[in-house]
Amino acid sequence: MQPTRQIQAWLLLLPALCLLVAFTHYPVIKTIVRSFFGFGTRWESQATLENYRYLLEDEVLMQVLYNSFLYAAITVPVSIVLAIAMALWVNSKMAGKGILRTAYFTPTVLPMISVANIWLFFYSPEIGLLNKLLGLVGHGGINWLGDPEVALYSLMAMTIWKEAGFFMIFYLAALQTIDSNLYHAAAIENANKWTVFRRITFPLLMPTTLFVLVNALLNAFKLVDHLFILTKGGPNNASNLLLYYIFENAFSFFDTAYAAALTVLMLVILVVLALLQFGVIEKRVHYR
Amino acid sequence: MMWINRLRQTAAAAAIFAFAAPAAATTELTMFYPVAVGGALTKIVDGIVADFETANPDIDVNAIYAGNYNDARVKALAALQSGDPAQLSVMFSIDVHELMGLDAIVPFDDVVTTQEEKDWLGSFYPALMENGKVDGKTYGVPFQRSTIVMYYNKDMFRAAGLDPEKPPTSWEELAEAGAALTKKNADGNVDQWGAMIPSTGYPYWMFGALTKQQGEVLMNQAGTETYFNNPGVIDALNFWKDLGTKYSVMPEGTIEWGTLRQNFLEQKTAIMWHSTGNLTTVKKNASFDFGVAMLPAGSEPGSPTGGGNFYIFKAASDEERAASLKLVRFMTSPEQAAKWSIETGYMGVSPAAYETTELSEYVKTFPPAAIARDQLQHATAELSTHQAGRVRKLLDDAIQSVLTGQSTAEDALNSAQKQAERILSRYK
Repeated sequence: MQPTRQIQAWLLLLPALCLLVAFTHYPVIKTIVRSFFGFGTRWESQATLENYRYLLEDEVLMQVLYNSFLYAAITVPVSIVLAIAMALWVNSKMAGKGILRTAYFTPTVLPMISVANIWLFFYSPEIGLLNKLLGLVGHGGINWLGDPEVALYSLMAMTIWKEAGFFMIFYLAALQTIDSNLYHAAAIENANKWTVFRRITFPLLMPTTLFVLVNALLNAFKLVDHLFILTKGGPNNASNLLLYYIFENAFSFFDTAYAAALTVLMLVILVVLALLQFGVIEKRVHYR
Repeated sequence: MMWINRLRQTAAAAAIFAFAAPAAATTELTMFYPVAVGGALTKIVDGIVADFETANPDIDVNAIYAGNYNDARVKALAALQSGDPAQLSVMFSIDVHELMGLDAIVPFDDVVTTQEEKDWLGSFYPALMENGKVDGKTYGVPFQRSTIVMYYNKDMFRAAGLDPEKPPTSWEELAEAGAALTKKNADGNVDQWGAMIPSTGYPYWMFGALTKQQGEVLMNQAGTETYFNNPGVIDALNFWKDLGTKYSVMPEGTIEWGTLRQNFLEQKTAIMWHSTGNLTTVKKNASFDFGVAMLPAGSEPGSPTGGGNFYIFKAASDEERAASLKLVRFMTSPEQAAKWSIETGYMGVSPAAYETTELSEYVKTFPPAAIARDQLQHATAELSTHQAGRVRKLLDDAIQSVLTGQSTAEDALNSAQKQAERILSRYK
C-alpha cells in the first residue's frame, strides 16, 4: 500500500479506535492492574495475589459461578429453539402474522427494569398471577422468588420470555433470504417437513445461529438488571449471578480491588467461551 | 426586516444575560435522596425543597431522587469521584462508618457555628442520633427515620373472634393470634395468613427487632464487633423460623419486602411488620379497618431505628456547607418534620415536631401516627459496622438460609459470626 493510503486508512479507523481504547481497552487494563494492587478501596504500591487467593476461598463465588453457568446453559438453548420456532411460525403465510410478530417482539422492546417490576407481582406468592392460576387447579402455590430451589429458574423463565423475541427477528430475516427454489425442489422430491427443516432450513440458518449464540451467551452473563428488582441475588445467593456479584462487591461492599479480580475472572470466562464458539462451531457453519 | 428581527433577538438575549448576572451569585446545591418504601414520596420532597427555595432565593437546590438506599449511596459516591460532587445527601443512617472510612463526610459539629445551631443539633430524639454519632461527633442528622411497627387488620381480628383493640403484645400472643387468623380453603391451601415479616431487601433490619426483643444487640457502637451467635440471637432466629414451620402462621421461604404492603392491602395477611414509612400509603389505600401497634415483646419490647440521615460532604466549600446546613435545618425544622411525618408516616425527628399544632392534631385524630415515636424508648441502633455491606450480607444470607430450611440457626449464625470477625479484625 502507498503511504498516503496507509495514513488515510488509519485516519478512517481513528474515531472508532479512540472510542474503543477509551471505553474498552483502557478500563480493561486498569481493571487488571487494580486487581493486583491493594485491598478494598485502598491502593498499595506492592503487587499482591491476595485478591485472587480470596477467589479460591470464596464460597459465595462458587455458588455464583455454578448459578451463572446453569443460567447460561438453560436460557441460551431454550431461547434459541423458541426463537426458531416463533420465526418459522410468523414466517408462514397466515392471517394476522403482523400482529403476531409484534406480540412476540414486544417483550424485547420493554425496558428490563419495568418488566421486572411487573414480573415481581406475577411471581408474588399470595397476590401474584401465577399462583392465582395454580390456585384455580387447587394447587397451593409456589414461592417463586423466595424458594432457593425455584428462584433461579424463575429468573430464567423471565429472561427467556424477554430474549427469545429478539433472536426471532434475526431468524426471521434469515428465513426470508433462503431461496424458495430449494423448497420447490424438496417438494418435488416429496421430502417431509422435518427433513426439509433438517436438511435445508436449519443448515442455512447456521450463520444466524452462530451470531445469536454468541450474543445470547454474552447476554446471559451481561444482563442482570432484573436481579436488582426480583431477588437481589437471594435467597441466600440462590439466584446470584456473576455480574451482580461484581456489582455487590464494588458498590455495596466498596471492595473495588476484589471486584476487579472478579471482573478479570469474568473476562477470562467470556474470552474462552468466544474462542470455543468461533473455533469449534464456525467450522460447521456454511456461509454462502 | 430580517436584520431588524435579528437585532431585536440580540438585544433580548443581552437583556436576559444582564438580568441573569446577579442570580449567578446563588449557591447551588446538589442533593441525592433515596426512597425505600415506594409511594409518591418524591413529590413530597420536591415540595419541601421548593418551599425552601422560595424562602432562600440565594440558594438553588437540585434534589435528585436516586433509587433505594444502596443506589443513593452509589450515585453520591460516583458523583464524588467524578469531580462534580453533591454537597449533601440523604443516605442510609448505617452508612456512616464506611463514608467516614472513605473520608467523604464532615461532622456537623464542624459546620455549626452559632449557639442556636448547636442547640438545633441537640434537639433530636437521642435514639435517632445513635446511628449518626461516631466518637462523640455527629455525622448524620435524622430525616426520614422509622422504626418497625406492626400493622394489623382489625376486620380480620373481628372475624376471627379476637379483640381488635388488643393486638398481640408478646411472641406467644403473636403465635396464638396468628393461628386464629390463618385461614385455609377447601383444598387445604392457605387463603389468609396470620402474619408476615419480610425477609428480602432488609432482612437484618427485621432481625434487629427480634434480637432486641430478646435483649440482644447485633454489634457494638464502634462497629468493630458483632454478636451474631449469642444465645438470644439464635433464639430470635429460631422464633422467626418457627412462625413458618412450627406455628404455620407465616409462609415458609422468604417473604418479599417490596410486595408485602400489597399483600396486606389485599388482605392476604392479617399482620405485617413493616417500616412506619408506609403508614400514610396504607392509610390511603386500605379498604378495611386497620390498626398499628408496637412490635410484640419477647423478653422485652424492641425495634431498631431505621432510615435515612442527612450527610454533608467534605468536598463542599465553606459557603456550600453553610447553605447545606440551612437546607438541613429547614427540612428537619419542627414544622417541616411535622408535615413530612403526616404525609409519609416517617417519624417527626424531634419532640418539637410533635408539639406543632399540625402534628399534635393529626396524632389525636389518627393515633397510629405516634406509635413509631412511642416505640423509640425501646429502640436500638440499626446494624452498622465497618465494611457494613459485607457484614450485613453475611447476616442476610444466614437469615435467608435458615428461613428457607437450608441450614440451622446455630450453624448459619456461627458461620456468619466467624466470617464477620475475620472481616472486622482489621478495624480493631
